Amino acid sequence: MTVPVSDAIPPVVKTTCPYCGVGCGVLATPDGKGGASVAGDTEHPANFGRLCSKGSALGETLDLDDRLLHPMVDGARVSWESALGTVAGGLRRITERHGPDSIAFYLSGQLLTEDYYVANKLAKGFLGTPHVDTNSRLCMSSAVAAHRRAFGSDTVPGCYEDLDEADLLVLVGSNTAWCHPILFRRMADAKAKRGTRIVTIDPRRTQTGEEADLHLGLRPGTDTALFSGLLVHLATQGAVDRRYVAEHTAGFDAALERAQSIAPSIAATAAATGLPEADVLAFFELFTRTRRVVTCFSMGVNQSAQGTDKGNAIINCHLATGRIGQPGMGPFSLTGQPNAMGGREVGGLANMLAAHMHFAPEEVDRVRRFWDAPNIITGEGMKAVAMFEAIARGKIKALWVMGTNPLVSMPRADAIREAIAGLDLYVVSEVLSTTDTARATATKTVLLPAHAWGEKSGTVTNSERRISRQRSFLKAPGEARADWAIMSDVANRLGHGASFAYTSAAQIFREHAALSAFENEGSRDFDLGALADLSDRGYDAAPPVQWPLPKRSADPRKGRARLFADGRFYTFDARARFVAVQPPALALAPTAERPMILNTGRVRDHWHTMTRTGKSQRLSAHRAAPFLEIHPDDAARHRLTDGGFARVTTDHASAILEIAVTDGAQRGTMFAPMHWSDMTASNGRVVALVRGVPDPVSGQPELKATPASVEPVAYRSRGYLLTRSTMPAPAGWWWARATVQSGSGLIFATQDGSREVALALRGLFPGHEIAEYSDHARGLYRLAVYRDGRLTACLAVEAGERRPDWELAKKIFAAPEIEAVDRRSLLSGRAQTASAGPVICACHGVGLDVITASIAAGAGSVEKVGAACKAGTNCGSCIPEIRKLLPATLARDAA
Amino acid sequence: MDASSAQTKERLVVVGNGMVSLRFLERLTERAPGRFDVTVVGAEPVAAYNRVLLSSLLGGEVDEAACGFRGLDWYAEHGIRLITGAPVTTIDRENGLVVVGETHVLPFDRLVLAVGSLPIRLPLPGADLPGVVTFRDFADVAAIRAAAVEHARAIVIGGGLLGLEAAVGLARLGVDTTLLHVMDRVMERQLDHNAARLVKAAMEARGVKMLLSANTACIEGDGRVERLVLKDGTVLPADLVVMSVGIKPSTALAQECGLEIGRGIKVDDRMTTSDPNIFALGECAEHRGIAYGLVEPAYEQADVLSRHLIGEEAAYCGTSLATSLKVSGLPVFSAGVVDTPDGAEAVVLHDAAAGLYRKLTIEDGRLTGALFVGDISEQARCKELIRTGVALAAEDRDDLMFGTPAATPTKTSLAA
Repeated sequence: MTVPVSDAIPPVVKTTCPYCGVGCGVLATPDGKGGASVAGDTEHPANFGRLCSKGSALGETLDLDDRLLHPMVDGARVSWESALGTVAGGLRRITERHGPDSIAFYLSGQLLTEDYYVANKLAKGFLGTPHVDTNSRLCMSSAVAAHRRAFGSDTVPGCYEDLDEADLLVLVGSNTAWCHPILFRRMADAKAKRGTRIVTIDPRRTQTGEEADLHLGLRPGTDTALFSGLLVHLATQGAVDRRYVAEHTAGFDAALERAQSIAPSIAATAAATGLPEADVLAFFELFTRTRRVVTCFSMGVNQSAQGTDKGNAIINCHLATGRIGQPGMGPFSLTGQPNAMGGREVGGLANMLAAHMHFAPEEVDRVRRFWDAPNIITGEGMKAVAMFEAIARGKIKALWVMGTNPLVSMPRADAIREAIAGLDLYVVSEVLSTTDTARATATKTVLLPAHAWGEKSGTVTNSERRISRQRSFLKAPGEARADWAIMSDVANRLGHGASFAYTSAAQIFREHAALSAFENEGSRDFDLGALADLSDRGYDAAPPVQWPLPKRSADPRKGRARLFADGRFYTFDARARFVAVQPPALALAPTAERPMILNTGRVRDHWHTMTRTGKSQRLSAHRAAPFLEIHPDDAARHRLTDGGFARVTTDHASAILEIAVTDGAQRGTMFAPMHWSDMTASNGRVVALVRGVPDPVSGQPELKATPASVEPVAYRSRGYLLTRSTMPAPAGWWWARATVQSGSGLIFATQDGSREVALALRGLFPGHEIAEYSDHARGLYRLAVYRDGRLTACLAVEAGERRPDWELAKKIFAAPEIEAVDRRSLLSGRAQTASAGPVICACHGVGLDVITASIAAGAGSVEKVGAACKAGTNCGSCIPEIRKLLPATLARDAA
Repeated sequence: MDASSAQTKERLVVVGNGMVSLRFLERLTERAPGRFDVTVVGAEPVAAYNRVLLSSLLGGEVDEAACGFRGLDWYAEHGIRLITGAPVTTIDRENGLVVVGETHVLPFDRLVLAVGSLPIRLPLPGADLPGVVTFRDFADVAAIRAAAVEHARAIVIGGGLLGLEAAVGLARLGVDTTLLHVMDRVMERQLDHNAARLVKAAMEARGVKMLLSANTACIEGDGRVERLVLKDGTVLPADLVVMSVGIKPSTALAQECGLEIGRGIKVDDRMTTSDPNIFALGECAEHRGIAYGLVEPAYEQADVLSRHLIGEEAAYCGTSLATSLKVSGLPVFSAGVVDTPDGAEAVVLHDAAAGLYRKLTIEDGRLTGALFVGDISEQARCKELIRTGVALAAEDRDDLMFGTPAATPTKTSLAA
């Protein structure tokens, strides 16, 4: 008997957000036309229904623009058969000629665990190359290394509930409000409910710092001094849990001795960090007298040449006080990618073998036997920075990149582009055909179309060890395939078909779970034994669950929220280790020629290299062009003006960025976001400027402190061009591209005058109706282009320091039909009605002017502003900005 | 009015009862009711009416009554003797007499000439054929309307304002109308090419065929106009030809009585002719070498003269050359320089499809020209700036182009 299925009600698919490591549950409702609407999953324990601005806009990122739909070899479309043959043949030839370790894989924290597992197995067990690394190297490998040094395992001890239950939250090197917004909402809730205090530690005063009870704007790279000082303070104040230290740890005395040499006193700590003594004391006292402390750390700690020591300096303080593994306390690494944790679990990094096993002979043997691997590797491979250097040296002949964009995200990326050109074989498994990485070429270049979010199916693990399903709800376009299937086919062509005869992600997951449990017996933290026999149906329906989940779990649906409550760690003696950290010093100090320190990071509404968030007009509204934050004093010294342009130069590259003068930037430092690429800007690839000195332990490159010089750049004209489809900027112009509603926005600057700009751009629209405004004597030109009464493009050019405001034009451009007054406004640049101003709330598209109007009309709190204009009522990541708009007295009352 | 007071009053005779004449009478009687013993003599059979509405009258949008300004009762109430349908034939300066044909001899102490202008008739072969008319007054309108029967084909010669209006009026009557203009753009004295194109497009949208750079060779027909031949040989069938190629000041009367004449009747800044008791106003007058063909300077002159006659200090210093008008509903404003000279800056807003064009011409930081089509706001400020020649402030350009922005709350609070 068949049951008729109604087409009327679209199925709601539970899946997981593909952005940061919070791992929020998402309900996707496909519209049947290739798109979907998206809502938060109220049952998911990471977010309980909330989504941030980025997650909320996922539905806007599902289009097929720029999708790689077919395999390509050297720029020509080929069949899968041919492409896979090229890859397998190339790998075989290179192995024969240069040995297997001339092959490298560069993977991604956005791959699903199953894809990651197959890649790791193929490389380390069958091809026989140890050179498997991942963009997680850039993200949290220092946290991994710190965990392993302290705990003997890469274990996140706590869980998100600890954030709800803490009395003190210390955020180190983390702009949580922007980069992990949903966790920050939980923190804000804790603050409201139980009065949790928040301390931020960051050279930048970010929006997170604005929300903190205490912000410590320490000098770059001095975190270990602060936490050394804290360890000393805990010791002198008698706050060390002597019994815990004695029973469950080792190395305390040496660590304390080292700490005392680094920061023996409050005064010494203040001197070393550049902080006021009073602030140092306030923080130390708060930490000392608060038992429930969670110290969250993120890229500001990890992306450092001393990142591992920074992590251990933090963990030292938690071990000293025994504040670990208990509700509301512990060190907590917040990861930046949806499946960085999954990559760690399968062992998809160069310094791991598999499933939290490394290179002890018995571990190698165990994995070899489990895989029945003919070519098991026996030692660590090269980590990302070294791997790309080896490519440049010609040591690596074949590189397979999956799901990441190293030409934008790797330090010294210009050198990497050159290095890639020298490869014999360059394989990119990608979703988009237009990324900088997909456009790079080698002797033989193969592009393989992979499934995107919404198409792929598998699992991801978030920052609290919670494994969630990413489920498919869209049909894969063109010839796109799952990464695991692509790699299995290559393995088959190389004669390893029997070991890669996978027919489903569930099958791979079971094998992964079985390996984690294989000869484990509690010796390894990572154990999914209870899931090793999961049925296909059980896998499909699997709810989010935290590991470890050993076979004999009391309830296999329920993992463990916390580890180490029993004081037993995964070292040989089950004791945690204190680490004597190195004195803080930047790998590269500023010089007379490069007097500033360049810091890199993220903005609220973009993620990584913008290949997904860049498709969303809502997300592109918050920050539309690459920019440089600099302190007013430094701006004055270097003759930089807010809204103007600066050229930032390091020994490796230079970028030209819009200047944002802010006292949130520390004197002597500058901040630039890492998101822009050659796809989205002419001179905005900021990470290419970064030297990236690797941490000696983790290999994670320093992305937060590169000596740089800065100088003003003047352009004769600045403007914007809105078009229905993407339009390239004329050669030689500075430009940045941002998606706008119903089209594409190009922000530009040029040495051409308005007359030349008018000539250059007018000609792009032959046969269209043209309306224009020109005052060339003042360098002003505006153009509106119509076809059949519909606005198809509009342009504004102005002379001077600032780019013309485009909010009004964007609003008019987005409207389905154009009103006469708007037609006029496009030419006058003046609103006939009040514009909403620059977007503050991306979720509801609420502008600055609307919010200030609400406040002027009496909305005296964030809540009232939300009630009045909806701003801040969805993801809440704009609440800090809203609060800043409230009159100072109100903001203080609210705090 | 009793005889004794009548005798003590100065006798003021106004020759002509057009728009300027009436405006003058209104101002005079407002300022000094009953001060003069006023007689007005008009050649047309009706009292002053709004000549600007002639094209609307032609198009049937309004009737003659709607064109009128003041009823006969108004003249009576203000003690003004109105004589209509009576062309003045002679002015006897020596004896202070105005002779109106054989019907009236009017003694005056002061005489105001507001006799207007005459439409120019091109001296073309066939220009005197029946069916060739001008477009100047009620009578012309009546003649045109009589010829504008169904399926009639009309040609308007002249792409000035009046020609354009005549053509639109004809088109509105359903007449197949073609407008010929000798220049390559309409209203070339007021409009640059961009503006003229917009006006041309507006005309075409109203059903008028537009032929530019069109030189008429002759008008032909057997006892009545049948066709018009262009110099390039094009033959255009026509049942009606309306000549609207300009006006010339009516100076015959003044000339005959020996007043000083240039293009028009020469007047000084008090609108006084070479005879201190005789004044001239409007299209017939020539002030500082200029004979204005527009109503606005004429009204200014009327105001000045009314004040002068009652003994107030008043002087007319000329009107900056500005045209503010509606070409068949399309607002057009032109003041000062029309075509941007070399070395001048132009600020231009041009949205042809929306019928919008605004141009400012700026020389040495001063506004020397303004040309608006479709939206003529800020015309008054432009005129003032052109007239005074003061340097433009930075925000002036935007304000003149786009209008002064509405006061924002910030501005208000700053002001407070």
